[in-house]
Amino acid sequence: MASTFTRVLSRKRIVGILSLAGAGSLVTGYLINKDKVHASVKSSRRMYPASAEYPDLRKHNNCMASHLTPAIYAALIDKATPSGFTLDQCIQTGVDNPGHPFIKTVGMVAGDEESYQVFAELFNPVIKERHNGYDPQIMRHPTDLDASKIRSGVFDERYVLSSRVRTGRSIRGLALPPACTRAERREVERVVADALSGLKDDLLGRYYSLTEMTEEEQQQLIDDHFLFDKPVSPLLTCSGMARDWPDARGIWHNNEKTFLVWVNEEDHTRVISMEKGGNMKRVFERFCKGLKEVERLIKEKGWEFMWNERLGYVLTCPSNLGTGLRAGVHINLPRLSKDPRFSKILDNLRLQKRGTGGVDTAAVGSTFDISNLDRLGKSEVELVQTVIDGVNYLIECEKRLEKGQDIKIPPAPGQIK
Amino acid sequence: AECVRRAVMTSGNIHNKFKMKFSAEEEFPDLSKHNNHMAKALTFEIYKKLRDKQTPSGFTLDDVIQTGVDNPGHPFIMTVGCVAGDEETYEVFKDLLDIVIQDRHGGYKPTDKHKTDLNYKNLKGGDDLDPKYVLSSRVRTGRSIIGYTLPPHSSRGERRAIEKLSIEALNSLDGEFKGKYYPLKDMTDKEQQQLIDDHFLFDKPVSPLLLASGMARDWPDARGICEGCEEATGSWGSAGGVMKLVLVSVTHAVSPSPLPLPLLLQIEAVFKKHNHGFMWNEHLGYVLTCPSNLGTGLRGGVHVKLPNLSKHAKFEEVLNRLRLQKRGTGGVDTAAEGGVFDISNADRLGFSEVEQVQMVVDGVKLMIEMEKKLEKGGSIDSMVPAQK
Repeated sequence: MASTFTRVLSRKRIVGILSLAGAGSLVTGYLINKDKVHASVKSSRRMYPASAEYPDLRKHNNCMASHLTPAIYAALIDKATPSGFTLDQCIQTGVDNPGHPFIKTVGMVAGDEESYQVFAELFNPVIKERHNGYDPQIMRHPTDLDASKIRSGVFDERYVLSSRVRTGRSIRGLALPPACTRAERREVERVVADALSGLKDDLLGRYYSLTEMTEEEQQQLIDDHFLFDKPVSPLLTCSGMARDWPDARGIWHNNEKTFLVWVNEEDHTRVISMEKGGNMKRVFERFCKGLKEVERLIKEKGWEFMWNERLGYVLTCPSNLGTGLRAGVHINLPRLSKDPRFSKILDNLRLQKRGTGGVDTAAVGSTFDISNLDRLGKSEVELVQTVIDGVNYLIECEKRLEKGQDIKIPPAPGQIK
Repeated sequence: AECVRRAVMTSGNIHNKFKMKFSAEEEFPDLSKHNNHMAKALTFEIYKKLRDKQTPSGFTLDDVIQTGVDNPGHPFIMTVGCVAGDEETYEVFKDLLDIVIQDRHGGYKPTDKHKTDLNYKNLKGGDDLDPKYVLSSRVRTGRSIIGYTLPPHSSRGERRAIEKLSIEALNSLDGEFKGKYYPLKDMTDKEQQQLIDDHFLFDKPVSPLLLASGMARDWPDARGICEGCEEATGSWGSAGGVMKLVLVSVTHAVSPSPLPLPLLLQIEAVFKKHNHGFMWNEHLGYVLTCPSNLGTGLRGGVHVKLPNLSKHAKFEEVLNRLRLQKRGTGGVDTAAEGGVFDISNADRLGFSEVEQVQMVVDGVKLMIEMEKKLEKGGSIDSMVPAQK
């Protein structure tokens, strides 16, 4: 597995003080600070066997709990990534949040790029379950940001109110939000803000640091629906990604307000392209252009994105691996949404519905957020095309229902080969 | 394998060592908008000096201060902003914590000695509080077990070991202290409702002050309540302190009877038999997670009706001078309802248990006299006490 990562050692960064050669190796020895302490007791920390540390997951319903056997726990508990991230830290959010009987959350996060390798024995089955059978040990993830391949992609605006594509990117060599130090987080901010300041033309924009923004700027960002808050969901806070808030967090957007980057929220960066109306093709074009530009700019300074051919783009939550891409529309489907076949149609189109407030919100009236279900195993172009074709199908259904005609459930696609 | 396991178990060490590649300037937290004891005390020099240190169990400076970094505080309320992960924290990071302790505990110096007095016979009165005003009384403290880490730092294995030891100790009590242990995760709905009705049940903490320290991890694993059969007593295990003991008397008196204080000694004797005494030293008294609970860790108080006095302009001043503190009847961070307040000692360190409870007894008596005077339309100006 060591060969799946090609590490770039930039002149600025020498990452990792302890070498880790493959999934079977253990952390090399480390001397504990031997300062004498006056207080009453103690040698080093008490040791407990893995069985005494194994979490009680009997009431849990998340992907981590489904796959963390005592044997896997015992095999991985002695390991740490070079920066010191441990299995317990990966799974803490899943231990603390048992889940919901109807919604299966992931229940684990990565602290750095190496987490996916060091703790592969647990990450792989979780990834497989979450990503519809994708097996990181044998499959390869295709990356394709060539927007010219998109066919049609301009929707009927009587139904589609807005179009949006989002993804995330991580800066290789710096730990992810659950594990990063303040210095690392500030470095992410510096690297990204620096690169974004090099964008031009329709991408020309400005960075607003959360710690330094003025009241007026804050209000404007709220009115534009751009501002993100300190996370309150325990799913996120239990992973440690909200530490030191709002230090090194910020928002960048272009002057036209169609391209937006969140810095150090749930991931190093979240990149969003959007506009009112139904021109998904243009939204995706801008998305690809912006991402490629930013990548070029960070490479000039010796940095790069976390990516490998097994997992695609590496992000904090395993659910966002691969493309990390969610392409979607806000669409009004008054008749179709009341049809009992609606859910099945969405399933077969590999689409998902959410309320227009985003994840965990309810729909308002008959307006839904419809987006792709998949993230890993299909390229960006494939996924956006899936959304385009799917949404066009939904619009067709709505139109047919308007005319009193019947609709058909489309055939189910095969599993990932 | 053993040394490797040891290295990984103290992975705080690995991560902290990794952090040293960044300079102190790059890591120093931005505390410009903060208002808590830690932020006031933590200079860049202190941060630089202590950042590469860790306790033997691997607790680091950043672990100590994380809750204070994440919770800037309130312009009117001074929170502590730091916690201990084990007994040694107070020694290894004394350059920071001595200042915090001094600020929080009224000028308590690093050379001062704390007096422990759990002899209830030294308390005068307390069984004579007017039941028309005083509805209930309560004494709580915490105890930490030597050799174990504290809640911000404990692993599941450690927390379960603490639970096991605590259950053993509590099971060995007899007579009026004999009780039953309810682990939070195995409680039936019926048991849960009963404990709620008795005001014994504690919830998973929601306050970000607590969550940011890491003490709520793995909830509700290894948390529980031991309730005495006599409904007059109850004690908790593994909540805020390593073992938090809450002794509730539902009568109106802060009782001089064998209730709370000797119970603590009895429990301690059991732990000592297993070579696990309580964390205590002559400078800091009983050692607990939050520096604000050092010394006695004791909060003794009453629910008392003071509808007139509480509206009086001098209410706060009276409380300050009596070294008392008010809270709503839901506990810390709640509002008072119907003029009923939770009045308790403000001090923890520098006064003994008996002294602190005495202040509550004497102070509440005085405030009841003031309340009676105000009921009759009189003035209380002459009754305002001198600063204790």
